[in-house]
Order: sequence, then structure tokens, then C-alpha cells
Amino acid sequence: MAQRLAMSAERSEDLTQPQQEYSGSEILLRCLIEEGVEVIFGYPGGAVLPIYDSLYHGAVKHLLARHEQGAIHAAEGYARATGKPGVVIATSGPGATNLVTGIANAQMDSIPLVCITGNVNQDLIGTDAFQEADITGITMPITKHSYLVTDVRELPRVVKEAFHIASTGRPGPVLVDIPKDVSNGKTGYHYPEQVHIRGYQPKTDPHPLQITRLHQALAEAKKPLILAGGGVVTSGGEHELIAFAETARVPVTTTLMGLGGFPGQHPLWLGMPGMHGTYAANHALLECDLLIGIGARFDDRVTMGRLDKFATGAKIVHIDIDPAEIGKNVDTYIPIVGDVKKSLSAALEGLPRSRSEAWVKRVQGWYREKPNRYRDSDQVLKPQWVIRHLHESTGGDAIVTTDVGQHQMWVAQYFPFAKPRSFITSGGLGTMGFGFPAAIGAQLAHPEATVISVTGDGGFQMTSQELAVIALGNIPVKVAVLNNRCLGMVRQWQEVFYKKRYSEVDLADSPDFVKLAEAYHVKAWRAESKEEAARAWKEALSAPGPAVVDFRIHPEENVYPMVAPGKGLDEMIMGEEES
Amino acid sequence: MRHILSVLVNDQPRVLARVAGLLGRRNFNIESISVGESEEPGLSRMVIATRGDEQTMEQVQKQLHKLVDVIKVQDLHDHSAVERELLLVKVGAGPATRMEISGIIEPFRASIVDVGPHSLIVQATGERSKLDALMELLHPYGIKEVARTGVTALSRGANKAGVALTAGG
Repeated sequence: MAQRLAMSAERSEDLTQPQQEYSGSEILLRCLIEEGVEVIFGYPGGAVLPIYDSLYHGAVKHLLARHEQGAIHAAEGYARATGKPGVVIATSGPGATNLVTGIANAQMDSIPLVCITGNVNQDLIGTDAFQEADITGITMPITKHSYLVTDVRELPRVVKEAFHIASTGRPGPVLVDIPKDVSNGKTGYHYPEQVHIRGYQPKTDPHPLQITRLHQALAEAKKPLILAGGGVVTSGGEHELIAFAETARVPVTTTLMGLGGFPGQHPLWLGMPGMHGTYAANHALLECDLLIGIGARFDDRVTMGRLDKFATGAKIVHIDIDPAEIGKNVDTYIPIVGDVKKSLSAALEGLPRSRSEAWVKRVQGWYREKPNRYRDSDQVLKPQWVIRHLHESTGGDAIVTTDVGQHQMWVAQYFPFAKPRSFITSGGLGTMGFGFPAAIGAQLAHPEATVISVTGDGGFQMTSQELAVIALGNIPVKVAVLNNRCLGMVRQWQEVFYKKRYSEVDLADSPDFVKLAEAYHVKAWRAESKEEAARAWKEALSAPGPAVVDFRIHPEENVYPMVAPGKGLDEMIMGEEES
Repeated sequence: MRHILSVLVNDQPRVLARVAGLLGRRNFNIESISVGESEEPGLSRMVIATRGDEQTMEQVQKQLHKLVDVIKVQDLHDHSAVERELLLVKVGAGPATRMEISGIIEPFRASIVDVGPHSLIVQATGERSKLDALMELLHPYGIKEVARTGVTALSRGANKAGVALTAGG
């Protein structure tokens, strides 16, 4: 199979032949090439046979996933690692519906995706035909925009618009549903150079008056705080953020999606805020007098939904490219609609220093005195130790992906990300099974990078079939399974809020992950102690191809600090007070 | 507070589904939605009657603006506007009560558009409150069927679906 894939990559001459008319599927492929698409993630089927026939030319690399959910998460991983739209293709009906989780995931985290689905012939649409699903209707609430292409002549314009909409303004997933008769239909080809969409004109430049107001507020502030979110990463505004924070002397807390958007070892950094945030970040949020939200949407994992206990004494400045985010969750004193990088650049001109010196010292003191802690052990393997070890072993120079749950929070807490796009996680939707395929996409985007998929024994089993993909392509993703034989975060909640009534969280009968990986021809190790862990990880890391390490961690380890749902940030459970 | 939104949208398949779906999933109240052609080919005017405080209405408008097929959103609450609804109501009526009903509907400038042996159909247009009042008066005769269009509206005078609420506006 690998040989056949390599052979087909050489046959690209057909596309360069002058032709008067092309089929819809050929036109689609030409459009993708014009958009600079390097790799497509997908899975073929009846309704996309014409498209896959065009792909046979090999002009664009295609990665065959083992499930459409794997394909779309890989496309997301690629998009998150590069900032460029990820492209996924699925067939009609079940192929398309298997994309739904990934589309919702991308929508929640503002990730640019172009999702191409096949559909049945137009004369069959609406007849409940074989493998028919109204994917446009199904995904309407979870896409930025969607198209059902009804005429092959519209295809170039639609694809051009789809890439434009997906990647500009607040990025997001765009669906292009193509009936089989459209991909088989023939017409001339012309790719439009310009896009004009009357109802879509994202505003990227901030209003100068609001920037002036921000300057005034900063000059008056004694306890300013920056809450930086994923928008910093998306806009590429990390240097501007550092300059802003240093010039104005403002401490920074980065949300889960913002991790890496500000260096994790910078003296002004306070860690992550919210439900599993640091003491310093949460107390700074409680006490600040000026809160500058930058590309962050004041999600309930940050505010806990308790606005009566969130930055109550602060004037709130909100910088966001999406006007609908401003005023959605919190009342805003100074709204700044614009691209984060551009807004911060504009703000840097004439930026005053705040009168924050005493405050900065105080919050730095909190961060030093109450860091994230865990009780280490030489008898059992602690997940926090594993994450720290992953950091040390790579010098932090790695791209780390996660699913949702305990392992995700431990990575967020114990892996200080230095660079943007180095932490790839399912933030908004909280999708189990996301991280492993996302790592495949990130690794294809950065073949030289060390890409680590930190996952749990639950999440890994949701998309572990993609082991076939890393094996076949010799894609050197390193999978670190934090295996606690249970659904850890659910178990933690049951322990704390349901009197240890552990209902249906036991995964002790999971397969042997080492054998599972080996069945897919992927090297694997198991580690039950620190010593074994260090050795196994070293070998996995230095192995030339993909690797899986099954870290058998303590099953009753909890994520602390923690703010219980319904509580305010002032009611943190600190957990085990020992380092 | 009741608001009437006048929304100019692309005349595309599913645009009503996009708008109604958006309002529904964000838990915004919808009293009625009516949609028809606008003055510009390719665009439809959608009139949405809804309820909400100032902050809710701001969110409704901003969220509507995120839809690629939405061109303009105008809250007619901010303008002087003409607001109308069409009512068709089938009222139980024999020969003895026809004249009486005719007399009742006359001040409302409503008309009888169909007469059957035991019922007649009254057609009326006007503001919602006027139609509600008419319904109340007709109630004792026995309401057999009712169809109302929901509100449609236009701003008065020079306020041609006017100042677009642009992104961030």
C-alpha cells in the first residue's frame, strides 16, 4: 500500500494538460492546489468517488484515516499547528455525520477548517436515498458557514469563499457539501482572484478612540491584569503581548487556549486561571482593578459562571475580533473590536506604564508561594511527575496535544509552554479522542518537531485505530498514555460530588496498550515506576518512528487546585500541599 | 421589552433555517418571524418580533450579524415604524348573527371574505393589539380557525432600513 501511494504521487501530469472542460472533482482539486493545500485528511466512499479519482493523480498528499473523526481531528491538528485551514474530505451520510464532533470542536476553538463532504445526486436529495444525510442542516449550528453546491460552475467561487471565510476574522469550520452529479458535472475552470461577500466584512482594525480609553484606564490602574486567550495565538500576537505586558507592567494569566501565547516562564506570567487555575491567577482575577481580556471569551471554566465573584472591582477591557463576544458573558467597560495583533500594535504606541509595581510584586509572591503542587512518591507513578519529565526530556521543545480531562489539566499545569501553537488541545468542546489524531496532523505540518500526544486510557481508546496511520506513514508521533484504569476526571467528580459512588468509570478491562500498539506495528513500552518511566520515555523519544508509552499512573490522583462548579474563584480547593 | 428587528438577508435556500436556528439555539425568544421579498433583487427582508432587555437585544443583533447571509440588522424599536399583521379568522355564524358580526368588525376596517352556511371568514390587518381586540370581540360567536401572519414592519419616512449595524457597531 505504501508503495502504491508513493507511485501515485508521481502521476501529476494530467493536471497540467490544457483542457477546455474539467469535471467538478478536477476543478475542486485545482482549487485546493490554488489555495496551497499541502495535505488532505479523509476517507473515501460512494459519493466522493469522483473526488478520490481525481486525487489519484497525487498532486495533493492525502492521508487515509481509519475513521472520519480521526481524519477531521488530524486536519484540526494541522490547522492548529500552522494557522492554515485544515482540509478534510468525507463521503455522504455516515462519513459526513462522523465529522460532526470535529466540526463542533473546531467551531468552539475557532479553528480554520474546510470540510468537504460528498452528497447523493441532486435528484435523490430529500428522498432518503442510500447514504443520504442532510449534513448542511445537521451542521448548521456548528459551522461558521456552509454551502450545498448545486451547480458545478459555482464550485470555484464556493471553494474560494470557503477558504476565505474559514481563515479570516474569527476563524472557524466551513462545510462544502458537493452532490455527486456536481463533482461529475463538467465546465470550464476559472479560479476567482478576489472574494466579495457582502454579508461578511470582518473588522480587524481597532477604533483609535477605544485605544485611547485603554491608555487612560492603564494610566489610572494600580492592579491591572491581562487575561490572554486563544486569540493571541490565532492572530500571531505573542510578541506584541509580551511588549504590552512588559511596557505597561501588567501581569498575565493565559487561558487553556492561550497557553503558549505568553511564555510559560516569563516573570509576569501567573499560570492558568479558572476551575483548575493557579492560586495567583485566580486571586489576581478577584482583586484586579483593570482586567484586559485579549482574545479570550470569558468562558465559564474561567469565570465559573459566577460573575458576582469575578473581577467585581475591575473595569473590563475586551479585545476581540468577534463583536458578538463583547458583552456576551461579562459587561465591558472598554470594547475593542479588532484583530489581537493589530489591536496590541496600536495600543503599544504611546502605551503608559501602570502604577502597578506593588501589585506585580504581590501577585508574583502568590505565584512563587502557592504554585501548583502535588505529593510526589517513589512507590507509585504520579502523572504530574510524568508531565514534568516530558518537559525536561524535551527541553520544552515539543508540540503537545491532549484530549480532555485530568491528563489535559496536568499538561496545562505542569508543562510550561514557551511558544504559541505548541499546545494543541480540545478547549471549548472538551473532546475525548481528539489529541492522538491531532498529533498526526501537527506532525505532518512539522515533520522535524517532537510531537507528543498526551492522552488518557479513556480518550486513547476513542481514536486508537489511527495507530494504523502513524505506523503506515512512519509518522513519529510519541503517544504518552496516562493510564489510571478509569475515566479520571469523571471519577474525581464522583469522588468529590457524588460521595465516591463510582458509576461506570472503571476501565480496568482495557486492552494491553503495548500489545495494541504492537498489533499495529508501533513500538511500545510500559512503565510502572519513575525509573521505568524515564527509561521507557528515553527509548521512545529516541526511536526513529512512532512510539507508545503506557504510563501506569496512580488511579486516585486528582487535579488540584480546583474550584467546584457553582463556586466562585475565592473558594479554591488547594489539594495536597506538598511538593 | 418587545422589539421588532428588520433583517436584510440573502435570498438563499435555508436562510430562514439559519436565522431561526441561531435564535433558537442561543435561547432567544421568538414571537414571530415573517419573510418575503425586499426592494432589492436577491435580498429578502425578514421581520422578527422578539422580547429581551437591552443586553439581550444587543447579543441578538450581534449574533445575527455573524451569519454570512445576513446583510443588515435594524431594530425598529429605535425608529418610528409601521407594524402590521394579517389575520384570517373563521367565526361561527348563521343567518341570525351575520349582520351583528358585520357591525362589530366594521370599526376595525376588517372585511368578510368568505361566507358559508354556518361560518364566515373575517380578514383584518393592523397592529397586533388591534387584532387581539378584534379576536376578543369575535370570541363569543365561536372561533373555528385562526391564521395570523406574524408581524411585518417598515421604518417610517427617510429611515430606509437604515443605518446598518455594522460589525462592532
